[in-house]
Amino acid sequence: MSLDWSVFCRSTTGSAGAEPLANCLGQNGELSYLQWLMSAWGWTATVALLGFVIALLIGLMVGTLRTLPATSGFNAWSGRLAAAWVELFRDIPLLVQVFLWYHVAPFFLPALKSLPSWLLVSIALGLFTSARIAEQVRAGIQSLPCGQRDAALALGMREAQVYRRVILPVALRIMLPALTSEAMSIVKNSSVAFAVAVAELTQFAMQAQEETARGIEIYLAVTLLYALTAFAVNRVLAVVEARVRVPGVGALARQGA
Amino acid sequence: MAIDLSFYSWGLIGRYVLGGLWFSVQLTVVATIGGIFLGTLLALMRISGKQILMWPATVYVNTMRSVPLVMVILWFFLLVPFIVGRPIGAELSATITFIAFEAAFFCEIVRSGIQAIPRGQLQAGSALGLSNAQSMRLIVLPQALKNMLPVLLTQVIVLFQDTSLVYVIGAYDLLKGFDVAGKILGRPIEAYIGAAVIYFVICFTLSRLATRLVSSSASSTQARS
Repeated sequence: MSLDWSVFCRSTTGSAGAEPLANCLGQNGELSYLQWLMSAWGWTATVALLGFVIALLIGLMVGTLRTLPATSGFNAWSGRLAAAWVELFRDIPLLVQVFLWYHVAPFFLPALKSLPSWLLVSIALGLFTSARIAEQVRAGIQSLPCGQRDAALALGMREAQVYRRVILPVALRIMLPALTSEAMSIVKNSSVAFAVAVAELTQFAMQAQEETARGIEIYLAVTLLYALTAFAVNRVLAVVEARVRVPGVGALARQGA
Repeated sequence: MAIDLSFYSWGLIGRYVLGGLWFSVQLTVVATIGGIFLGTLLALMRISGKQILMWPATVYVNTMRSVPLVMVILWFFLLVPFIVGRPIGAELSATITFIAFEAAFFCEIVRSGIQAIPRGQLQAGSALGLSNAQSMRLIVLPQALKNMLPVLLTQVIVLFQDTSLVYVIGAYDLLKGFDVAGKILGRPIEAYIGAAVIYFVICFTLSRLATRLVSSSASSTQARS
């Protein structure tokens, strides 16, 4: 058995025995499998990126709420609500959450009916990951010595200022490595979008495998693109980590200490 | 149209759900036992200090960890029948996949567990005349496994949730049971809510158990020191 990479130059609409397309590109709306693969890669990147933005925003908020000192009724209740949020989104499998957003949520919120399925998957992915990021945020904040907060309060800052100017800038730098691994997971987890017919990489793999019967070549290409994307995410966040580094804060500083 | 609570009946559960739940639980248990066994072997290979053992184990673990589980399930479903020369069912293929996939994750847990045991333990073992393998088996691994218990349990919860992904090859698990029931009875909304509730109850209970274990093992460590 040998690998036949020309399968990627075949037309997605032509018959199985047809000649590969010239230059691997289809004309007049005809698509080669290579073009389909690239567009699927784009969908994977879109769903993962949007999911990560949602996860980051909500995760930051929920994680912070969980660390507020229970000095007022509002703080205590928002802390409890945040804890419930984490449990809810962490204890239901991602695929089930995708089905909930796709099949169940539009029944309760008819406005969701007009949203395309890739957007619903991004929301599902984002909320699922937000629970995990919230836990990282909480751990990051709680790893700070309480002297930081006390010093800021002694300087006359209000609670909100303490968080914005002292706690969060340090905690976020500490948790960057954990965020990097969450960002890489979200790329991999975006593969569940196959279940609601989003034309991303996994969906491409399943359909193209069926149509061409060249499963190994197709799967190899898709697997490589997933690994490449996760690696790119890793490099980008490593650059971010180096850019925002402050002497004395972060993983390197603690290893050195 | 409203939610029809009569959907949730014992008859439905017995006919569609129980078989799927049984498979999900079985898959979790088999993959945990097989994964820990293989994962421990991989971990021992990775810390053996011998290039010929370290390299394959490292490549294996890093490959498994950088590919989406859904793709791994699809790969095995494509390749295993090819290798054994005859078609195998989705359920058997899923079981093989999960053992192989989870081994990579258990390997990293076991490896960090072993490395957390002070080197003096191994040295004390060899001072007593034990071989390296003996001190690993009799002294290091039992302590490491005990310390790792909370992390292992967390991984089992993740594993149980991940079993729902066998949906991609049509294996009949808990989610598929509800999926089929919802389609046959024309009640997909009730079906997916039911699946979510059952998964939540199981995972929530297990994670409470893990938290209790963490606090009890933390207090026993404190008592010792």
